[in-house]
Amino acid sequence: MNAQAVHVDHDDHDHGPPNSGMRWITTTNHKDIGTLYLLFSLLMFFVGGLMALIIRAELFKPGLQLVNPDFFNQMTTMHALVMIFLAVMPAFVGLANWMIPIMIGAPDMALPRMNNWSFWILPFASVILISTLFVNGGAPAGGWTMYPPLVLQTGASFPMLIFAVHLLGISSIMGSINIIATIMNMRAPGMTYMKMPLFVWTWFITAYLLIATMPVLAGAVTMLLTDKYFGTSFFSAAGGGDPVMFQHIFWFFGHPEVYILILPAFGIVSQIIPTFARKPLFGYSSMVYATASIAFLSFIVWAHHMFTVGLAVEAELFFMFATMLIAVPTGVKVFNWVATMWKGSMTFETPMLFAIGFVVMFTIGGFSGVMLAMTPVDFQYHDTYFVVAHFHYVLVPGAVFAIMAAVYYWLPKWTGHMYNDKLGRIHFWISAVFVNILFFPQHFLGLAGMPRRIPDYSVQFADFNMISSIGAFGFGFSQLLFAYIVISTIRKGKQATDIVWEGAKGLEWTLSSPPPYHSFSVQPVIK
Amino acid sequence: MVMVRFLRTATLATLLLAAKAQADWQMNLTPGVTEVSEDIYGIHMMALWVCIIIGIVVFGAMFYSILHHRKDKGHQAATFHESTKVEIIWTAVPVIILLSLAVPAAQALIKMEDSSNSELTVKITAYQWKWQYEYPNEGIKFFSSLDTKSRKAGVKNSGIDPASVEHYLRQVDSPLVVPAGKKIRVLITSNDVIHSWGVPALGVKKDAIPGFVNDTWFNIKTPGEYRGQCVELCGKDHGYMPITVVALDDAAFQTWVTEQKTAMAAAQNDSNKEWTKEELIEKGSKVYATTCSACHQAGGQGIPGVFPAMTGSKIATGDIKAHLDIVLHGKANTAMQAFGNQLSDADIAAVITFERNGLGNSVGDMLQPADVKAAR
Repeated sequence: MNAQAVHVDHDDHDHGPPNSGMRWITTTNHKDIGTLYLLFSLLMFFVGGLMALIIRAELFKPGLQLVNPDFFNQMTTMHALVMIFLAVMPAFVGLANWMIPIMIGAPDMALPRMNNWSFWILPFASVILISTLFVNGGAPAGGWTMYPPLVLQTGASFPMLIFAVHLLGISSIMGSINIIATIMNMRAPGMTYMKMPLFVWTWFITAYLLIATMPVLAGAVTMLLTDKYFGTSFFSAAGGGDPVMFQHIFWFFGHPEVYILILPAFGIVSQIIPTFARKPLFGYSSMVYATASIAFLSFIVWAHHMFTVGLAVEAELFFMFATMLIAVPTGVKVFNWVATMWKGSMTFETPMLFAIGFVVMFTIGGFSGVMLAMTPVDFQYHDTYFVVAHFHYVLVPGAVFAIMAAVYYWLPKWTGHMYNDKLGRIHFWISAVFVNILFFPQHFLGLAGMPRRIPDYSVQFADFNMISSIGAFGFGFSQLLFAYIVISTIRKGKQATDIVWEGAKGLEWTLSSPPPYHSFSVQPVIK
Repeated sequence: MVMVRFLRTATLATLLLAAKAQADWQMNLTPGVTEVSEDIYGIHMMALWVCIIIGIVVFGAMFYSILHHRKDKGHQAATFHESTKVEIIWTAVPVIILLSLAVPAAQALIKMEDSSNSELTVKITAYQWKWQYEYPNEGIKFFSSLDTKSRKAGVKNSGIDPASVEHYLRQVDSPLVVPAGKKIRVLITSNDVIHSWGVPALGVKKDAIPGFVNDTWFNIKTPGEYRGQCVELCGKDHGYMPITVVALDDAAFQTWVTEQKTAMAAAQNDSNKEWTKEELIEKGSKVYATTCSACHQAGGQGIPGVFPAMTGSKIATGDIKAHLDIVLHGKANTAMQAFGNQLSDADIAAVITFERNGLGNSVGDMLQPADVKAAR
């Protein structure tokens, strides 16, 4: 009797409740919620990708062939919103949910019920946002930056946009509170702050950025709502307001937001490179300080998105200098990664390839960032494809490659199955080639003066647009391979070892693959 | 010194390369035709080379390591994981490099932002989706919108090859005309949403913001035609809002000014005379094509849910006073602007008459310019 009870208990402990629909709706388990976030993000990555392909298909050659200008603007707006808020951010939160507790030796997240809620808000928010495509007048078409007065011309989808942004903000804030509470209170004995894995550190700082800026965005969009429906004039000069004020408020959120999209990626790469170089991370503490410096600087550079609005020259100088300064801590990170590889004993499995791809291509995005920081030259680059190339370099072969690196790195741990590494490496190489065909020519288009967010263009821009579109289709379709690898590995595969990678270090590798449903019920001790 | 010489040679080489590859495969920024655009180009090239050199050093070290420090070559992993000395160096060196970039950039910026001592002032007002150019001292004022050929070819599946249209989407009906070799001060504002006026060859880009007036300036060295377009998303036809600047020598500019004044006086006469219905409809169809069709569509069918149809609409077939009112004063929080301050009395009378008796409507009534004047 007794033995049986223990056995049942043990079984539960290992595998969790049966795989029913209610399990996923009511779950408070960090691994289940992490899985939900990641699968949701994968789905949205394809939804946002489809929108990007519609954009690139229209831009394949001059003249309008497929969509009308209004729908084109809906696509650029929705592509950005879906990719930022429904694909990249949930992917990072999913990784945080899965990994932070098992990296710091905690049994679960600190606030498991809130964790359930912060995920389950997302599908509702995304349904509201995506259903705007089907309402009278179509989806929001004023750009994801929602600048008034243009955004106030949005039709029936306007209040849906605002409500969806509010919900997404609530979800992010709850997720961040949970992450901070977990990291502050649930570290295993002996895991001091300066012993935390870098991924935990970068998420710790990211969570603070989210808490600080999401309410600012909520405030800004609420002011838009009252301007449209309740007769206020926060952003209308005719009523004593100022349309540029919205941009200041938006980018006070927006610039930290772009670091929210990249700091966890820094953390991921800082976990992967030491593993495959079989050498400890170079400059651990400088990595932590660099991350903190970047986070601090992100709050005082927002107006570099607005150099052409007519700022005072003193303000332009300040924001130029502050922005250029970001290159210093970012440079430290890149140098540290290279120094970690230096004199290591490297192997190049899929996660390492994606991590190295990240370092190279993120740095290219960093270079164009330094160029964009310089106000006089920004006057030429601003709102051209040079900017599009810049932020796609940091977000696609930057953030997205880091997420893929993380998936390839931890998937055997999550599922207990080893994927076909050769297939993973093929996925890396075709992605890396096509992503450059896609985005590198956009630098040239921008320098030649092609503005962003236009559905049709002058014939002089035709050649590079065609190349870019070919790259887009190649990149888009090669991601089907990613989905195939992930899904087939979840289903079956060779049993993975506990450590998975020869050089892996850290608490997550001390657990079985897959880890028990409830892990670290007894806290490990870190010496 | 060697560095500076190297940079100069490199810049020159790139310049030549850019000139050769100009037509369709333009890869680099234009040096432009103003002192400011040349300064910008210089800083751009300096920054580009700095990035390329740093890239070669960093990626070079990385790829050396990737080639040599690998397990399959039997390389044993070292154990070092910090070095205060190295870390100080690679924090300090970038600071110095950045300072060397920031100083010339700051100098150029201060020069660019000084619009004093100008010789001619032009006021630019942005509309969805056209520009209005005004010369306050000369008393000249006109709209500049996408030329008809581009507009026709740009319709979805128009069947017209964009390559057959000269300066497709970059040609306007009436360009901004300025004298070359003079410092032109530009005041920029907007009537509706935020737009941005940018011409790469002039090194100028400035947002047009409703309720605020921005200023900038340029001084074009050589006469010629320079093109740009609206660079801030401003709604449906953001991509159809080109800019053409024509720089003339001084004498030619003076001739142009005189011509414009004569043309404006003629237009004034239009608003004083009595028109027949046929004349109004004919003129009105032209005004409709340049001013109204972008939203309400060429056939008056509108875009459901976005822009109301004109054909059979309550306003275009109802009380003519209400029709005149919405054209004159617009509708708040929509793309329907107050056209009272954009169009002349004759234009408004004509376009309203056309809308009521064309586009599938046949109300039968008409407006005279005098009626419009009275209603203002």
